[in-house]
Amino acid sequence: MRSALLALVVLMAGAIAATAETRTSARELLPPELQAQQADDDANPGMLWVTSGQQLWSMPAGANAKSCSECHGDATTSMRGIAARYPAIDAKSGRLMNLEQRINNCRTANMAAAALPYEGEDLLALTAYVAHQSRGLPVSVRIDNAAAPHFEAGRRFYFERQGQLNVSCSQCHDDNVGRRLRGDRISSGLPTAWPAYRLDWQKMGSLHRRLRACSLGVRAEQLDFGSPEYVNLELYLAGRADGHLVETPGLRK
Amino acid sequence: MRTARIAMPKTARKGDIVEIKTLIIHPMETGFRRDDVGRPVPRDIIGLFTVTYAGTEVFRMDLFPGVAANPFAAFTTIATETGEFVFTWTDDKGVAHVEKMTLTVS
Repeated sequence: MRSALLALVVLMAGAIAATAETRTSARELLPPELQAQQADDDANPGMLWVTSGQQLWSMPAGANAKSCSECHGDATTSMRGIAARYPAIDAKSGRLMNLEQRINNCRTANMAAAALPYEGEDLLALTAYVAHQSRGLPVSVRIDNAAAPHFEAGRRFYFERQGQLNVSCSQCHDDNVGRRLRGDRISSGLPTAWPAYRLDWQKMGSLHRRLRACSLGVRAEQLDFGSPEYVNLELYLAGRADGHLVETPGLRK
Repeated sequence: MRTARIAMPKTARKGDIVEIKTLIIHPMETGFRRDDVGRPVPRDIIGLFTVTYAGTEVFRMDLFPGVAANPFAAFTTIATETGEFVFTWTDDKGVAHVEKMTLTVS
């Protein structure tokens, strides 16, 4: 009886350990040398994509030969804090958009340019550049009004058992945070570092690429880049990360 | 054109030790991999990275297929005179990228 009680207490302590206050960036689970590399802009390879994005920012594109900077000016001021508020509902279409989709929407609607392929170098670079302008600012997405059903759908996706392994996101990213899984430690699932440079990929990658890797890991269906399910999940993850600081470009194993 | 990042001071006093850090986007394709239909992917790696300072070579690095993509290199040199640093990355297709930076020595 006593041991059963003790076990229950231990289980409860485990559950309490994964509440909002104790969620930490996956950065803190990295070995010190990788943390130092992420912190050093001159050694963090993700900064290469930020630099590429900076070049693309002022490069004209599309039939109107307009660049991002012609409307938005200096990104260091105009884009500051933007990424911390995404995904967000687009007022015109009423659709939930993440940063990648917002950039592409701007290209097709305002620049008469072709949408950039998801996970292509250019979109990764532009997303990284825009997200980088919010580095150090707390994530604060709207989850009320029109965004509420998306947040709820994302929450359901997060707690739903999936794939041949029949596990939910929560069973790893709430219940087993910090424990070893293959060559890495399980994170709290905060989306604050993305797009991030992953050593495994040897390049920059989007959050959706990371989500696809998770889907594959539990042997579930890998959804398309930018699919509504992943964008809903992205909103839920961002809501879960409320108050945590944006750190793009992150460095991950 | 490739994207490269170079971190070095703009000015230094004569005799100072100057630290220089470099990064470049490059796939460093080993040549040992095959594509989706089994054809070998041709090797494309940066084999040589050189840096000259006011015309004199101050750093040279040979790279091999085992080096990861987007190679990072850091080194130090001694500030002797005001002059231009020329960073040259050479891959299997020829000169991949050149960057130039000036160090003012007082």
